[in-house]
Amino acid sequence: MYRYDEFDERFVRERVAQFRDQVGRRLSGSLTEDEFKPLRLKNGVYLQLHAYMLRIAVPYGTLSSKQMRQLALIGERYDRGYGHFTTRTNLQFNWPKLRDIPDILDLLADVEMHAIQTSGNCIRNVTADHFAGVAQDEVEDPRPTAELIRQWSSLHPEFDYLPRKFKIAVTGSEHDRAVIKAHDIGLRILRHPDTHEIGYEVIVGGGLGRTPMIGKVVREFLPKADLLAYLEAIMRVYNLEGRRDNKYKARVKILVHEIGTEEFSRRVEEEFARLDGPSVNADPAEVARIAAYFAPPAYETLPATSGAFEAARAGNPDFARWVETNLTPHRQPGYAALTISLKPIGAPPGDATSEQMRVVADLADEFSLSEIRVTHAQNLVLPHVKLADLFAVWQRLGEAELATANAGLITDIIACPGLDYCALATARSIPIAQALAQRFADPVRQKEIGVLNIKISGCINACGHHHVGHIGILGLEKRGIESYQITLGGDATENAAIGEILGPGLAAEDVPDAIERIVSVYLAQRQAGESFIDNVRRIGLAPFKAAFQDTNREVSHAVA
Amino acid sequence: MAAAKRPALPVILLANDLLDGDVVFAAGDANGLHWSRDPGAALVGNDDATADRLDAFAITELGNQHVVDAYLVDVAIEDGVPVPRHYRERMKTTGPSIRRDLGKQAELPLAQAFLRA
Repeated sequence: MYRYDEFDERFVRERVAQFRDQVGRRLSGSLTEDEFKPLRLKNGVYLQLHAYMLRIAVPYGTLSSKQMRQLALIGERYDRGYGHFTTRTNLQFNWPKLRDIPDILDLLADVEMHAIQTSGNCIRNVTADHFAGVAQDEVEDPRPTAELIRQWSSLHPEFDYLPRKFKIAVTGSEHDRAVIKAHDIGLRILRHPDTHEIGYEVIVGGGLGRTPMIGKVVREFLPKADLLAYLEAIMRVYNLEGRRDNKYKARVKILVHEIGTEEFSRRVEEEFARLDGPSVNADPAEVARIAAYFAPPAYETLPATSGAFEAARAGNPDFARWVETNLTPHRQPGYAALTISLKPIGAPPGDATSEQMRVVADLADEFSLSEIRVTHAQNLVLPHVKLADLFAVWQRLGEAELATANAGLITDIIACPGLDYCALATARSIPIAQALAQRFADPVRQKEIGVLNIKISGCINACGHHHVGHIGILGLEKRGIESYQITLGGDATENAAIGEILGPGLAAEDVPDAIERIVSVYLAQRQAGESFIDNVRRIGLAPFKAAFQDTNREVSHAVA
Repeated sequence: MAAAKRPALPVILLANDLLDGDVVFAAGDANGLHWSRDPGAALVGNDDATADRLDAFAITELGNQHVVDAYLVDVAIEDGVPVPRHYRERMKTTGPSIRRDLGKQAELPLAQAFLRA
């Protein structure tokens, strides 16, 4: 893992001192709320419905056990004993007091963490594939790139007041687990087909929210060494030409859409040619220094299989089921990456108690080289577990209600905090996720349905990624009550797609029946081995719409 | 505040406490107003004159840096208790619907009266 150097350390400490002073001035009345708001947002402090909220950056979703323990401590000492992992792989505390936040930030700085740039119109926390450095299909670990971008974008004076927020994601694999096509900039590390040199495919203008767009490729191959100069060129074009007159049209996706991908690329290339590349690009020695932190850990040389693991699997059906869903093959023989589901049936997706955080930290120390990952699907990962240890880890997870066998299945639902906490929300999200998880709780049925991503947002801003859910649910207000719009056919992977609306909005209590009908169409019409999303692509929306309209008719009839 | 359209009467004034973010309600009587954490204590503005007083108190208190995000909310009187008409503000006066052990609903009996089936 990356370790702060003296500059990182000083930067974060100075920022805490600065914010402590700003909070002091706010509390003494010398700063008004209008003056203070942009300052607190730059430090991840929001005002939500019931309290302030602190959003803490987890850069590229990588956490050490020590950091996780500190989050547990903060949750206990300053919050209500739990935190919420988000789709940007951040952690949110829902109940901190403004007067305590400087002390919380000091505790974070003690473990090389902060809340800087988790809000505001700046480059936000950079995300990456949660199986970085582990995945078998990886060309190169994306984390050194993400860390380089983190350092470059932290307090970058030119990009501190952008037209709107700006999100970057990186993957090093063919299979996209970081939703790069729904980001302002998505980077995919790849090998040049002819030279086999490693570089980047650069995708710009993706995003969800009010106007969902899939990102466009603006550069098919960018040499690695040119990364920062090219990013700077993109940011300059956006900073100069992105709209500032209308916040709903201010994201880079609108600029790319309005002037066209070709023209946008031309302007970026023009700026890139004008830039003094060597003065912008990172010093190769610095790139190497960063990369060294992400060198593969000291794995043991193990056989590819483990007798103890196979015996446990054969002897315990529950363990076998968990292995089937929550395990990801590791590039190192004898190891696996395991997903810790933060989606126990009926619980708020992404929430973890301080006790659970400590259990995960302890397991990481004992079994996963002290490393933990946070996924954009609001789960955690222990990336380096020996096969022979898996049964023991599973048992310990089970004791902490962390062994739900549902990764990627219909109950592994993404949901934003929604109106239960969020001041922007138009409807609740979490109760919908809970109701659906309960409806589809039966493990046999979940397995039969297979991979199916449901994603729920409580407002048009789409923190719950509903547009790219196989089934998306958007909570809105309709004539004074909560109403839920269902979309179908979205995809968050390399085959990214925006879902299409199935029909009129539904009342909360009708959502489980509607989803049931959609699933029934799939089960009735699928071919052998066909996943839900492949089935939707093959048969089209019409049969699903018909089934959905049946739900709607029944509901209307019942109401009438 | 003056520019925003006032909600229909009756109204209460709510805000978030500056220091800890907790939701607070303007309470009191003809002799003066203060902030209470108990929604049951909220002063109900049944007429324009009281609503004007609540409005003026919001402006003063925002200026005094005691609260943030102060605004009037239209309510219905149910069993003698002012209950916000809109579900968003009802949520704000109770706490998260998914965690009944948190927020005002966990601490204040009158907030529990706001919970609707």
